[in-house]
Amino acid sequence: MRRAAAILAFLASLLSAAAARAEQPLLADLSEHLVAITTGFTGASVVLFGATDGPGDVVIVVRGPEREMVVRRKSRIAGLWVNTRQFAFTGVPTYYAVFSSAPLNDIVPQAVQSLHQIGLANLRLQPKSAAADPDTVADFRAALLDDQQRAGVYGDNVGKISFLGDRLFRTTLDFPANLPTGTYFIEVLLIRDQAVVSGQTTPLVVSQIGVDAEVGEFADRWSLLYGIIAVVVAALAGYLASLPFRHA
Amino acid sequence: MDIYLPIAAVSLNGLVLLILGAAVGFLSGIFGVGGGFLMTPLLIVFGVPHAVAVATSANQLVGASVSGALAHWRRGNVDFAMGFVMLAGGLAGSVLGVWFFALLLRFGQAETVVNLSYALLLGVLGALMMIESIRAFLRLRQPALPRRKLHQHTWLHGLPFKMRFRRSKLYISMLLPLGLGFVVGMLSAIMGIGGGFVMVPAMIYILGMPTQTVPGTSLFQIIFVSAAVTVLQAIENGTVDIVLALILLLGGVIGAQLGSRFGTRLRGEQLRAALAILVLGMGLKLAADLTVEPAQRYTLEALP
Repeated sequence: MRRAAAILAFLASLLSAAAARAEQPLLADLSEHLVAITTGFTGASVVLFGATDGPGDVVIVVRGPEREMVVRRKSRIAGLWVNTRQFAFTGVPTYYAVFSSAPLNDIVPQAVQSLHQIGLANLRLQPKSAAADPDTVADFRAALLDDQQRAGVYGDNVGKISFLGDRLFRTTLDFPANLPTGTYFIEVLLIRDQAVVSGQTTPLVVSQIGVDAEVGEFADRWSLLYGIIAVVVAALAGYLASLPFRHA
Repeated sequence: MDIYLPIAAVSLNGLVLLILGAAVGFLSGIFGVGGGFLMTPLLIVFGVPHAVAVATSANQLVGASVSGALAHWRRGNVDFAMGFVMLAGGLAGSVLGVWFFALLLRFGQAETVVNLSYALLLGVLGALMMIESIRAFLRLRQPALPRRKLHQHTWLHGLPFKMRFRRSKLYISMLLPLGLGFVVGMLSAIMGIGGGFVMVPAMIYILGMPTQTVPGTSLFQIIFVSAAVTVLQAIENGTVDIVLALILLLGGVIGAQLGSRFGTRLRGEQLRAALAILVLGMGLKLAADLTVEPAQRYTLEALP
């Protein structure tokens, strides 16, 4: 309830600010700027809300941190299904979702969708090897999109943005439990007469919090020490376990 | 209760993992085997990534083998000379194994090689155990067959660098335990197993060690080989999940104690037949995974 009240207060201030400064056509913010992944994390909802300086449509593109990804294809060799071909893409967002206040094709032409990478079909994935034949790239690209959709980190539908009057808008970004960590960029676009008239990008940090995060970071940075600690802890556990049966 | 495993980067039910550790510990308590050959494939079935399952099983094995080796050491059943020679081979084997595993990961073949090795190993082992236990059932009906000769001399006894192993009352070439250690060290790195089920029969039938010093000596050298594999995997591949290893150990310790009590009440032949069915079933499942067309032909991996 406190969060809802805070959002309402913020919306009211936004509205007055937008009215006072007509030169700012678009303002948006998130209910939280940090999603903390703890031991019992089951997903998170973040409210995105904002105001425009008049009628128009809003499109939101959410992109997770970019990684290099390898797609592998299995083929049958001597009766066994084995990975036979692999293909790498760079700059692949680990999370991707689109939200819109109206059907996309009604409000933005294809060229603009492609420019702003709105929709999975317009996502630009860079093949790592330059000399690749286009059919292979297309196959592996489709497999990557397919896999990410099945994992629930690429939205296959366009989410809805609802307007309150013609100036205030809001939507809920629902993130799944298997959310990749890193800095997300949420691009909010104001669209009028088939063109983007204003845009704003808001970062959202998704990070592991607590013991798990520290263990992971330690294992990464001090891998030798981590390995030694893992051995010592396991050996100690084994020694302690044998104590009650010493005299048996 | 879901627990987020920091290295595996998956959330798994902590109670399920505890029960898994206890179940494998229970079986290893009954049958007197390390249980690594069941742990790794089961972790993979539960959704732990292959590389993490292999490395974490090695870590878990450090604790399990310390616990077991101490019990044997208190009864004076560890042949340290033999253990150290096997260990030298084991360390060399594990270095080569971890390096080979990193190579497999790079080419995307780790999954296939781990599954294939398991399917072969468990299939052959299960079949041999099955034949053995069927024979044992038949032998019960027609008793008093003539006994075979206890100790046979083969070309293996002609190898150079002979060494005296007092506790085992043996005078054999040190190349034998060295080579055996090397092979098992490699298996340990690639498959996340201690290799007790390869080591124990080989120590009895190839080295000709007396049965009472075999388990303790095998466990003694497994401690160090699995420790080396754990450290090397942590450095080379970053795949050791300490949280997962500790949960499995906790369950395993309880399970092993219950198992060893329960085991004394069962008949040996029935026990071995049950284990044979279990091992064979596991091997067949992994073989099916390899030969049946997968639902998804493409897999995706994010690089760090």
